[in-house]
This record gives sequence, C-alpha cells and structure tokens, in this order.
Amino acid sequence: MSEFLEFVDVSKNYGAIKASDHVSLSVKQGEFFSLLGPSGCGKTTLLRMLAGFESPDSGRILLDGQDITDIPPYQRKVNTIFQNYALFPHLSLWDNIAFGLRVAKCSKKDIKERVEKMLALIQMEDQAWKKPDQISGGQKQRVAIARALVNQPRVLLLDEPLAALDLKLRQRMLIELDLIHDQAGITFLYVTHDQGEAMSLSDRIAVMRSGRVEQLGTPAQIYEAPRTSFVAAFIGDTNFFDGTVAEPVDQRAILRGMLPAVVDKDYSRLVIGDLPDLECFNDKQIKQGEHVFLSVRPEKLSISREEPERRPHVNMLRGTVEDVIYLGSQTKYWVRVGEYRISIVRQHTRFFLDEKPIKWGEEVWISWHADDGFMLEKYSEQDENLLRLPPEAVGETPVEPAPAPAAEEART
Amino acid sequence: MRPSRVPAIVTWAVLVFFYLPIVVLVAQSFNSSRFGGHWESTSLKWYIALMQRDDIWSALVNTLVIAASATLGAMILGTSAAFALHRYAGSRLQKVHYSVIYMPLVLPEILMGLSMLLFFVALKIQLGMFTIGLAHVTFCLSYVAMTVLARLQDFDYTIIEAAQDLGAGWWTTLWRVLIPMLAPGILAGGLLAFTLSIDDFVISFFVAGPGSTTLPIRIYSMIKYGAPPLINALSTILLVVTFACVTISQLLSRNKRAPGT
Repeated sequence: MSEFLEFVDVSKNYGAIKASDHVSLSVKQGEFFSLLGPSGCGKTTLLRMLAGFESPDSGRILLDGQDITDIPPYQRKVNTIFQNYALFPHLSLWDNIAFGLRVAKCSKKDIKERVEKMLALIQMEDQAWKKPDQISGGQKQRVAIARALVNQPRVLLLDEPLAALDLKLRQRMLIELDLIHDQAGITFLYVTHDQGEAMSLSDRIAVMRSGRVEQLGTPAQIYEAPRTSFVAAFIGDTNFFDGTVAEPVDQRAILRGMLPAVVDKDYSRLVIGDLPDLECFNDKQIKQGEHVFLSVRPEKLSISREEPERRPHVNMLRGTVEDVIYLGSQTKYWVRVGEYRISIVRQHTRFFLDEKPIKWGEEVWISWHADDGFMLEKYSEQDENLLRLPPEAVGETPVEPAPAPAAEEART
Repeated sequence: MRPSRVPAIVTWAVLVFFYLPIVVLVAQSFNSSRFGGHWESTSLKWYIALMQRDDIWSALVNTLVIAASATLGAMILGTSAAFALHRYAGSRLQKVHYSVIYMPLVLPEILMGLSMLLFFVALKIQLGMFTIGLAHVTFCLSYVAMTVLARLQDFDYTIIEAAQDLGAGWWTTLWRVLIPMLAPGILAGGLLAFTLSIDDFVISFFVAGPGSTTLPIRIYSMIKYGAPPLINALSTILLVVTFACVTISQLLSRNKRAPGT
C-alpha cells in the first residue's frame, strides 16, 4: 500500500516562530494517527494546513497521490472536527449534519437517507430538530462528528476534540471515537496535547516539539523506547538520573571473576552524583564520559522492605518512603534516595488485608533490571519550560499505564 | 430607617419633564377645538382632515422611499463595515475605520448637512430625492455598523472555517451562514436606521431640492403657516410608528440567546 497522506518537507513560520520546521510525515489509509505535543509545538498548524486554512511556506501536502497544497479548503475531501465544535447555531441538528450534502447539491432523498443514518449512528434521532444551544457538550461533540463523517471524507481531522469535555465524558467519548473509527474505516488525524488520549486511541503517534517531529511510532514504541528525554518525560511518568557514562560493565564483571553476563549485550556503568553506580543497557553505544539522563519508568521499579537477592545487572538503591498514594488498582510511592525523589508504581495483583503495607517513613529497597532503563541525551532548558507548561485544557486524563506527565518531580 | 424618597421624586420629575409635552400633544390631537386652549370634544376630525391633504401624502411617500432605500444601503454597507471592523480589529487601519464610522454619531448634524450640501453643489449633483437618500445612508450606516458590531462580539470565526471545511465557498458561506447568523443584528440596525431616516430634518433640509419635500420638512413649513391640530395628529402617528420600530429593533437585538429561536 502506497502512502495515503503525505507531508513532504513542510515548513511554516509565523514571524520568527517556526510552527512547522521541514516536517515530513506519512499516514496510511485507515490509520488512526495522532499528532501529540505541548502547546505551541506546531501540531495544530499541521492540521490546519491539511484542512486548507493555512498554506505552508514551503513543501507539499499529498492526499492519495494528489497534490492538495494549493487547493482551497472547500474543495478538499477532508473534514474537520473543531475543538469548540463550531456547530451552526442558527440551524437545527438535522440541518447542521445536512449542510455539507446540501452544499454539494446531493438529491433530497440522498440527503435524508444519509443524515438519518448518521443520526442513528450517534443515537440522536429523537433530538434532530433541536438547536445546538439546547444540547449538552457531549452531544454537540457527536453532532460535530456526524456533520463531518456524513460527507465521507478521505481523512477526518480532529483538533483536540475532547478538550472541552469533563473527565467522565471524555473517557466515554474516547471509546466512542474508537468505535466510530472502526466502523467508518476512515483515516483519522488526531491532534492532542493529552498523551493519555493519544496512547489509548492511536495506531501511530508523532510526538512533536518546536515544529519538528521528535519521534514517530506506535504508542508502545514511544512509551517503551523513547528516543529523547523530551519524549520520555512528555509521554507518561519517568524518573531521571543525571549521570556520566563510565566504562562498560561486562569488562569489569569478567575482570573480577564474577558471573559473566550475557556477553552479546553491552551494559554501561553510570556514575550518578552521590548515589551508587547504576547499570544500564547501552544499545546506542554511548561513549564513556558522556553526560546522560538515565530514565526509568515508575512501574519498572520494584519496592521491597527486605533487601532483594543480588543478581547481575540488577540495580539496587536504598531509600526512605516519603509519600504513598493509594490509587485502588495500584499504589504510588515516592522514595527519597540522596538528592533524588523517585516515583514507583506498584500494580496490585494480589492484595491480602493482613499484609503489612509499606508506609511513610520506612526504609525500603528499590531495584530494577538494567534493561528497563534507557540512556537519553539531556534535554535543554527550553524543553524543560515546555514540559512545565500547564495543560491547555481542563486537566489530564489518567489513562493507564501512563499517568499525567510529571517529569520534574523526580529530579529535585 | 425608611428609604429616602428623593430618588423616586427625581425619577418622576424627569419622566414628567420628558414626556408631558408628548402626552399633551397626543391628547390634543383628539381635541376637536381649533385652538388648544380648551377641550371641546373628543374626535378624530384632525386625523380625517389629514387624510385629505395631498401635500402631506406626497411628502410621506417621499420620506418612505428615501428611508427604505437609505436603510437598504446602510444595511449592506454597515454590515460589511462591521464585519471588517471585527475581523481585523486591532490593526491600525481598522482603528481609523472605526473613527470614521463612529464620527456621524457625534458630529453635529448641521455640520454634516452643510458639508454635504457644499459637496453636492461642488460636484454639480442635482439636489433632490437622490441626494437626501445618499446623505441618509452616510449617517444610517453608522448605526447599522454599531448594532451589527455588538452582535459580532461573541461571533466565533471557526464557524466560517467549519462552513468552508464542509465545502461551502465564500458566496455560500455568506448566504447560508453569515447572513442568517447576523440577521437579527442587521434587522435591528436597519429598523433603527429607518426611524432615523424618517424623522431626520436638519440634514434633509440642507440637501433637499425642488419636489423632494420630506415629511419633517413639510411639518416645519406647516407650523410656519399655523395648522397645529393637523400636526398633532401627524406627530402622533409618527410617534406610534417610531415606537413600534424601536421596540422591534430592541427585541431583535436582545433575543439572541433565547432558547428555541
């Protein structure tokens, strides 16, 4: 299958701000593709260029092999769902949905048939003659989806469609969007700053930063193997250790006559401030002496009262529990180790009421396998500011297993 | 402590000051006496006499023709002006534009009338209905622009993008989305313009030519030759029409949030 939708070297500047900096992306037919990033990363600009509301300074946009860069928005076979829905307030829901078909001069019979099919899909047949200001936010959202889908667009563009809804409704709409995508079989291009939404819906995600695509991949690839510390911090929670790469681990192990580890893997030792040295899998062949961030996801860490058995390539740290947050399906611990405040998430697989839970102030052991950490280049000051930006909308969606991004907490 | 009575007294005094003359005028229009000094009997005789005055009727027709065309012109120009003002608010050019649109609301009418007279004479345009209509458009469009601008305050431009996104070109967007959405504002402004045009005297007086006498000018000349009871009747009718227009105009601009509309 050839590429369905392509951005080829697309650039767009607003004055000195590079909203889109030589972006090249391709989306497959039928895919649920998300553009994810903090506000001002250029994700909305890309979407608006595809819709035709903005035109790129340079580069081309191809849809199904056709160059649509210079085609006005009303001639593009794409439809948009706007953040504030943008329903026509003077028209009934029925007429809102029929708008595109009427403009396209479809026959009356055809319009009636298709609008009613859409109303059935969104389960609002009985409210067809209401005006947009008489229905709730979630219903408006569904009408907006119907109004776009009824035109059978080649691509459906969704611009932060859930941002204006409250948490409960958002979670329900997430499921509905997923269902609609499966049923309609249309390519979805989804723009969001909410990593939870992107993770749970997308086939693939492009994480954007300052007008560039930072990483492109499936949700699992992006979560489990972030290419940069920005991605690691933005997608989900992580602990960062600020360290320097020391000599490879295997050599040391062999010299001391200890158990030789799996030799084809290459582990490096990291020197981290006043902490004991840590081991990390070094697949990127980062050289000795480099400054890096060691990133470890909270759910990859084990916490225990007793000292775990020493095994090769398992890092162990001793610390004091500073905070415990019980979340039902899991518990979150904050453990102080030297200058680091490390977050640990423990899934409750089994829970015995007589088990003595780990409490605030206890001395504990933290351990993880060297394979579960990854070394990343340090992100710049500028990115740190990006990550601290408050979320654009009502709040974050805690979608498991990736709670709200909170990168800075682990580093203080 | 009892609340002070002063506010109530002042309110009544103001109301009496403003509206007593009008009440007297309306009452007198039903008085059959030739002179307003004493009450003879209640009758509609002046209204009937009014029906037979052809000069008044032709003046009324002139007034209505001018008002209708001035209103139409003002609605089109005023709406376009308001749209430009709102869409590009903040640009320096639009600040100038706003002042230009706002000016006729504060400028002394006599100044406008005089300057327009000089302008028309300089261009050697025959004074008449056409010049009165043109002059009326200039001040009416300000009122339409201001009314539409008020309605545009909570207008969401993504609506326009949504229309385009759904395949509507500029023309379709204008007719199917923009005008229907702004219609209450445009109509309210239009009605305001209509009433202003109907009772405008000063500007009309300056730019009127032979055969283009409007109702206010007619009334003025009638007063000079003394026919107060007729004028009372005519004024009462004008009052009712104006009041109706203004009421509808206000209902239209207030009603925008009412459910089910």
